[in-house]
Amino acid sequence: MSKEITIAEMPAGLEGPGFFATSLEKAIGLARANSIWPLPFATSCCGIEFMATMGSNYDLARFGSERISFSPRQADLLIVAGTIAKKMGPVLRQVYLQMAEPRWVISVGACASSGGIFDTYSVLQGIDKVIPVDVYVPGCPPRPEQILDGFMQIQELVKNESLRRRNSNEYKVMLGSYGIQ
Amino acid sequence: MAEITNTYVSEELYKKFGDAILSTDEPYGMLTVVVEVSSITSVVDWLKKHPVINAHFLTDICGTHFPQIPGKELCAIYHMQSMPNNYRIRLKCFVPITKPEVPSLTGLFPSANWMERETYDYYGIQFIGHPNLQRILNVDEMDYFPLRKEFPLEDGSRTDKDDKYFGR
Ligand code: SF4
Repeated sequence: MSKEITIAEMPAGLEGPGFFATSLEKAIGLARANSIWPLPFATSCCGIEFMATMGSNYDLARFGSERISFSPRQADLLIVAGTIAKKMGPVLRQVYLQMAEPRWVISVGACASSGGIFDTYSVLQGIDKVIPVDVYVPGCPPRPEQILDGFMQIQELVKNESLRRRNSNEYKVMLGSYGIQ
Repeated sequence: MAEITNTYVSEELYKKFGDAILSTDEPYGMLTVVVEVSSITSVVDWLKKHPVINAHFLTDICGTHFPQIPGKELCAIYHMQSMPNNYRIRLKCFVPITKPEVPSLTGLFPSANWMERETYDYYGIQFIGHPNLQRILNVDEMDYFPLRKEFPLEDGSRTDKDDKYFGR
């Protein structure tokens, strides 16, 4: 049985006999994008879809993320999947605060993105009310393929953002608008 | 053991408590008794300790709000069950919204603690004698009782909603 082995695409750079030069940013971006450690914050039905995404059929491990981190301090990507009640809001925020930079957030499903069908007094109307979000995945619940697509969008972000973006004024102002230093 | 009937229980209740029993009804075959607020603890205690009825399990405490019944807007509802007899009974206590006070059952059933907190959380019914009457399910900062009818179900903080998609 022949196996097809795919490797990550080479970033743009200068190539010659015996050497390859690219920018540090691109090399680091490549490494980061293919070794994202996700922290699943799965609270309800969307969490079940996330389990399928992790399972062998859809296999998030193909993207370098087989290492699920249940400690926020070691996680790069916060995957919020499910309804976040207002009482859960401060907990979610605390988890986000405990994550080290660089960190990304993906909001899976209608509930996490906007409150979804729960337009009611007890449910947070979108996690972007308490923490910044990088990618929103719509759906109630989204299919695992959609979650994977959202994940690939995060990979694109990770590959392409400047290493210094997190020191930029813009980023600080954005975090400041959430009351995060 | 002979089967316990609604008639038997309501007769026993009337015999024992007389005027404190305001009315009885049997919706869907379940005996529902409206009890004077001041007697609720003794009725529950009596049902619990009664040698035949033996309703030893307090299944649930909940509330209702009917603004159209003046003086009886709020209601605390108790469900009790006797497992040996496979028998269930419902008790109701109506209170005015201006003074929603009901004695706490925490002395009789420790399980009443959280159920009373929940009923307080949603309807603002004050359970007198409760050791720790504070919100249990909603955020502590909430400054109203969400299941009272004057408060909208929908979240007021939502800004992205266009009424025309909801037929309003
Ligand atoms: S978006 Fe739908 S599937 Fe996902 S948590 Fe909300 S209700 Fe459940």
